[in-house]
Amino acid sequence: MNPANYVLLSALLFSIGAIGVLVRRNAIIVFMSVELMLNAANLAFVSFARMNGNLDGQVVAFFVMVVAAAEVVVGLAIIVTIFRTRRSASIDEPNLLKY
Amino acid sequence: MNFTPPSIDYFAISPMIVIFAAAVVSVLVEAFAPRSTRRFLQLLLVFGALITSLVLIILNASTRTLTAGGSVAIDGPALLFQGSIVILAILGVGLMAERSIDPVGDAFASRVSALPGSEEERQFTQRGYLQTEVWPLTLFAVLGMLLFVSANDLLLMFVALEVISLPLYLMTGMARRRRLISQEAALKYFLLGVFASAFFLYGAALVYGYSGSINFSEIAQTISSKPSESIILLIGIGMLMVGPLFKIGAVPFHQWVPDVYQGAPTPVVGFMAATVKIAAFGALLRLLYVAFGGVRWDWEPIIWIVASASMILGSILALVQTDIKRLLGYSWIAQAGFILVGLAAASPAGLQSTKFYVISYGFATVGTFAVVSMVRDSNGEATNLAAWAGLGRKSPIVAAALSIFLLGLAGIPLTSGFVSKFLVFVAAVEAGAAWLVIIGVVASLIAAFFYVRVIVIMFFSKPTEQTAVVAVPSAFTTVALAASVAVTVILGVMPQPVLDLLTNADVFIR
Repeated sequence: MNPANYVLLSALLFSIGAIGVLVRRNAIIVFMSVELMLNAANLAFVSFARMNGNLDGQVVAFFVMVVAAAEVVVGLAIIVTIFRTRRSASIDEPNLLKY
Repeated sequence: MNFTPPSIDYFAISPMIVIFAAAVVSVLVEAFAPRSTRRFLQLLLVFGALITSLVLIILNASTRTLTAGGSVAIDGPALLFQGSIVILAILGVGLMAERSIDPVGDAFASRVSALPGSEEERQFTQRGYLQTEVWPLTLFAVLGMLLFVSANDLLLMFVALEVISLPLYLMTGMARRRRLISQEAALKYFLLGVFASAFFLYGAALVYGYSGSINFSEIAQTISSKPSESIILLIGIGMLMVGPLFKIGAVPFHQWVPDVYQGAPTPVVGFMAATVKIAAFGALLRLLYVAFGGVRWDWEPIIWIVASASMILGSILALVQTDIKRLLGYSWIAQAGFILVGLAAASPAGLQSTKFYVISYGFATVGTFAVVSMVRDSNGEATNLAAWAGLGRKSPIVAAALSIFLLGLAGIPLTSGFVSKFLVFVAAVEAGAAWLVIIGVVASLIAAFFYVRVIVIMFFSKPTEQTAVVAVPSAFTTVALAASVAVTVILGVMPQPVLDLLTNADVFIR
């Protein structure tokens, strides 16, 4: 199969993730959408590695997985703190800072 | 298959190794040292590591090398940015270490996980516990910044971006007082920040797909050897620029700036406002000049638009602010625009002016936030401008120091801000972007209005019963404040030695 199709798939996944970040209101779902975007980038890296015939892209994918895991730790810590304070994970509710 | 490990010039990267080692030890201290000794040990580690790192950077001053398989570039600009980041981090850490301003302790919640207003929180505060987790986080953030300005491939740049961001998201949420807005700022900063880094990463993937390499030097070679431009490359460059531009806080990636400036603990804002901007500009310069220098005509218009939008929007929105921290946030957006004008000039003069501006801005910012952290009422910091009325009559020295910084930010002669703005605008005119300079001058006039308004409020209105008190700081804040005043004035009166230094450290290694 032509690896370019995987690049298209990754672009599709990235767009779905980006739209998810923009329209969803639950902080956890927003965060999941971001993870989807990161993984779409991983897919693009791996497909491009196949097309370019070198391993750089695959190495990047490993690093991105580690970074994404670290991001989950930090992100969930922040979201859980907000949830405990406000009893809600909606990103519309924290509205003390505006204008 | 034989694997040849890349040769690593350990001395060239020793400034980063020192910070990294200290950060790891600092995590261990957090885990094993008894509570009573932690603060002392952490401060010893942080200051020790930063000063050692600064010494190593100075010893490395003439190093110009690509190391670790071409992914780390230690050259003039990298060393210059690293040096200024470490110096500003020392001042910023001084603000964070301060604990005599607030009668209860330092600026950080004694236990971040305790619910705001809960019994648990009250007990922890009562026992006088100080939270020390902020120190390893600070060290990791500094490590990320040092890596960010010397990263010469897309992977390292992404990892460095995250190593800067993740600790800062957490530090934003750690304020001792007004914890709700602090947590809210952390959430907003985090969600927008990871969104921006996802764009950066996908852009990196596209550029890798175009050039077959993640190394800046090889990307530049591919760009110059391929005759036609590819849409993949252009989309990739656009998405890559989102990462550093978000950290810079330029329009349209500016939404988080005022929120984080207002919500985060003031010492943390002082630290990050100064150092992160330097790191982000350092990375953006390397990305655009080294990797994408060959397609300059394609990214220059983006910088023009971003620069003019930042200058206009930042200045106008800052006019109507009533909270000093928020005002400084919007004023930063405008400043980011001014600095981008120098970057858009895309000439050696533009490069030099960008560096001078961002470094001088860093010192003025640390000083400004040092003053903001000292002005207090019974609820903590008095950030509402109404409480600043007549402050100049009650505490003339502190108000005068703040006036120097604000005049510097406004770009009044005899301060560092004037020299920086002058250099930036001259570079842009020489590069033929006179219309950008006209927008810049108009925006600086608007900006001067709101900076001077704060000075007028402090000196020319009568103190009321609302007027805040200036707390007496310990040596930490005093030193940071004095150093910032000195640098702001010296860079304004005789900038030549620093300009010579910048000229010496001008060339990116490719």
